[in-house]
Amino acid sequence: MTQPAPVSSAASVPAPTGLNSLIADISSDQRAFKNVPWAKVMMWIFLLGDVFVFGSFLIGYMNVRISTQVPWPHTAEVFALTVAGKKIPMLLVAIMTFVLTSSCGTMSLAVGYGYQNDRRRTLLWILITALLGASFVGMQAIEWTSLIHEGVRPWGNPMGAAQFGASFFLITGFHGTHVTIGVIFLLITAVKVARGDLENRRPGFMTGRKGGYEIVEILSLYWHFVDLVWVFIFAVFYLW
Amino acid sequence: MTQEHSQQPLIATYVKIWGLLFVLAAASYSVGYFEVQAPLRQILLIALMLLQAGLIVSVLMHLVWERLALVYAILVPPLLLITLISIGALDGLYTVTTRNTFFGPPAPVAPEAERR
Repeated sequence: MTQPAPVSSAASVPAPTGLNSLIADISSDQRAFKNVPWAKVMMWIFLLGDVFVFGSFLIGYMNVRISTQVPWPHTAEVFALTVAGKKIPMLLVAIMTFVLTSSCGTMSLAVGYGYQNDRRRTLLWILITALLGASFVGMQAIEWTSLIHEGVRPWGNPMGAAQFGASFFLITGFHGTHVTIGVIFLLITAVKVARGDLENRRPGFMTGRKGGYEIVEILSLYWHFVDLVWVFIFAVFYLW
Repeated sequence: MTQEHSQQPLIATYVKIWGLLFVLAAASYSVGYFEVQAPLRQILLIALMLLQAGLIVSVLMHLVWERLALVYAILVPPLLLITLISIGALDGLYTVTTRNTFFGPPAPVAPEAERR
């Protein structure tokens, strides 16, 4: 009697779908998130933490805005910009929103061309994204400067509730920091793409593991998250 | 990995979603520009905000192409924020009620504006 050929049980059982696949993945050995690059899982877990950081800031802002007796400053007037003698409400903030939304699209194009192994186009779109991100931070600096000149401080302002300044500087400052860090990492990734590290699968500077174009996608997760946070800030802080 | 990459969306999909995000952002801005009043203002802002967030997370951040285990691990924990929002709102309402009761009615704004 000959020994039967070893049969892999995994191959003979059909892969579960839907909610069953969720249960199978979570209860499986060693790895819950099958076929997902480890760095992508790590980025998602980091972003999940960031959701709670920004969530706490925005909830804190909601709490102080509800509880203050003094009327909240009228944001449409505070952030108005005078163009040719006409006051246009929120003009700078609107431009910032459009710049950040544009950078989201250019980042996605970089991811798309990365997976096509198109090194030059990937580099081009990453650099455009970095430029848009840097101009966003620049416009934020202008906004901060003009507000500080108008007398807005974290402990008070001439327009209304004192909590306005604290909320504004904390929330937009933390978001601007995120954009700045994003721009730095975009430039680092641009250097890697330009050198051809991702095609040659050269290991990164903090790991011996070989890199590939998925690092562009992982960076894009961070970048899109920054835009996602801005969507919430724009709606609940600037427009509410 | 190769199998996963075949599930990558086309660049044309990104461009379409990108255009849609511009339209939604413009709609959000026009809510502020035309000074839509409460409660329609808040309803519109929340609806537009959630639409934009949904598009970014599902398409641009590729969540619709990820495994269900990862999707649930990402989307379920933030639901806890609903609890935190409720607690924050309840506490804020309690604080303002206490202030109005013990510190007297809210101070008028007009004198402050004149002082400037």
